[in-house]
Formats: sequence, structure tokens, C-alpha cells
Amino acid sequence: MKNKLTLLIIITLLGFCFIVFYKGLNNSNFYTPEIVSKKNIPSFEAKDFNLNIFINSKKIFEEDIFYIVNIWASWCVPCIEEHPFLMTLSKNKSVKLIGLNYRDKLNNAKKFINELGNPYSQIIIDKDGSVSIEFGAYGVPETFVVDKNKKIVKKFVGPINEEILSEIELIIK
Amino acid sequence: MKILKIFIIVFLSSGFFELKSDEKNSELASKILKNVRCLICQGQSVYDSESEFASTIKLIVNKKINEGFKEDSIYEFLREKYGDWIIYEPKLTKNTYILWLLPLLLFLIGGAIIYKNLKIKK
Repeated sequence: MKNKLTLLIIITLLGFCFIVFYKGLNNSNFYTPEIVSKKNIPSFEAKDFNLNIFINSKKIFEEDIFYIVNIWASWCVPCIEEHPFLMTLSKNKSVKLIGLNYRDKLNNAKKFINELGNPYSQIIIDKDGSVSIEFGAYGVPETFVVDKNKKIVKKFVGPINEEILSEIELIIK
Repeated sequence: MKILKIFIIVFLSSGFFELKSDEKNSELASKILKNVRCLICQGQSVYDSESEFASTIKLIVNKKINEGFKEDSIYEFLREKYGDWIIYEPKLTKNTYILWLLPLLLFLIGGAIIYKNLKIKK
């Protein structure tokens, strides 16, 4: 009787472990940091792409409108892919696009913008990637939606596509 | 001459202390970076990774150490930006009670069973 009970406990435990691991197999092994309920935009100082002067984040996000912060680089292939969607978004008057040029060479970045068009109201240089880290980003491209209260309400990892574009348009409506 | 000697000693010792402090900072940076998970190269720490993300985090951690930030405040900064997942060693919170207490509980139960069996044998 005692042996049977031990066997039953062992089988139950093994079964439990099997279910847990089997369920774990179906989970994605790629972690995406979640946006913890409306985080404030970080405070930083960075160089302006065109004016070559340092500007404060308060000055960048001074208007009471929605902002889209897009992290991009000329060496990033998916950034080319998402560029037409950013151009579409730039036509929307209720939002301002801020480009964060991530660890890039200025000449290459300028060439990129000249060839594909400039969707951004302002571009800031993130030479060492520290501003992107302040935003909680971990690669390019990445896009953040900042609401009128200067809070990050949505984060998109990877290139913007049609689906993401509609989602952004819905948020800023 | 005496003043010159004193000056040389002070100059050399300041260099030595600076070297010591650099060594200390680099040790602390290695310790922290080994405990930080690379989020785009799963299964690797930032210390072991050569990715863009890892190199940026290395830069930030070194910058923060040089600015005088303590180990805990650097972890807190990274947690605030990326969540608990970025640190290998999870904090003791209500979500991690089981994780921290289960091994202890199992150890106690196992110990009790062994103790009981030994007592019966005696």
C-alpha cells in the first residue's frame, strides 16, 4: 500500500513536470520588455542632427501633442523597410516624429535621409546608444508612442508595417 | 632636493592609487555585466556578448561606475528600463517567493525525512 502511494506521488510529480515543460516549449523564447503602465519619457540631453547643438529632452517634447520616437540607423536594413510607413505617418498633423539616430556615422545617416526622404520633425544623434537605453530600447528599429502627458504609451519592437501603422494611427486619433 | 623627493613620492603614489581604483572599477563592471542578461542574444550575459545592445550596456555600466553609482543602483536603473528579467539574480518579491523559498522548503522536508529514517533504523 505504502509503495503504491509512493509510486503514485512520483508519477504525479513527473506528470506535473512534463506538463510544465511541454507548455514551456510552446512559449516564445524571445523576450520583449513590457511597457510598465505608462512610463514617463526619460530626461536627456543630445546633439541635434541638423543644428549640431545640444538640446534638452524638455525642449524636444515641449508641445501638447502626440510624439512618435523612432530609433533608426543607416546601417539597419529593416529601417529601410519601415521608412515608407514613417513617411506616411509624417503627413499626420496631430503627431510629431522624432528620429533617434542610433550609433551611426553622420555622413551615412545624412545620405540615408537624402535618398529616402525625411519623415522626422527633429532628429537627435545617439552616438553611443545611451539615449536609446534611457528609453528602454535594445535595438533598431524601435518605435515609441508618447502621449500628450509625455508618457510612453506604446512600444513597437522591429520595423513598422501596415498593421503597426494602423495601430499607431488609432492611438493618436 | 627634499621637496623634489616628496613631490616624486606623492606623484607616484597618486598614480598607484588611480591604477588601483581603475582596477576596482573594472572588477565591479565585470561583476555587474556577468549578472546582466543580453536581451537579444538569449542565454548569454552582456559580459560574454559582442552584440550592439551588449556593447551599449557595457558602456553605460562603465559610465555609471565612473560617475560613482553603486552596484545596486546600477541594477535598479537596468530593472527600471528593462524589467526584472535583465538581471540574472531575481529580487525577492511576491512573484518570486516560490522561487526563493521552494529549495529551502524541499531541503527542510528532505532533511526531516532523512532524520526520521535514521531514527527508525537506530
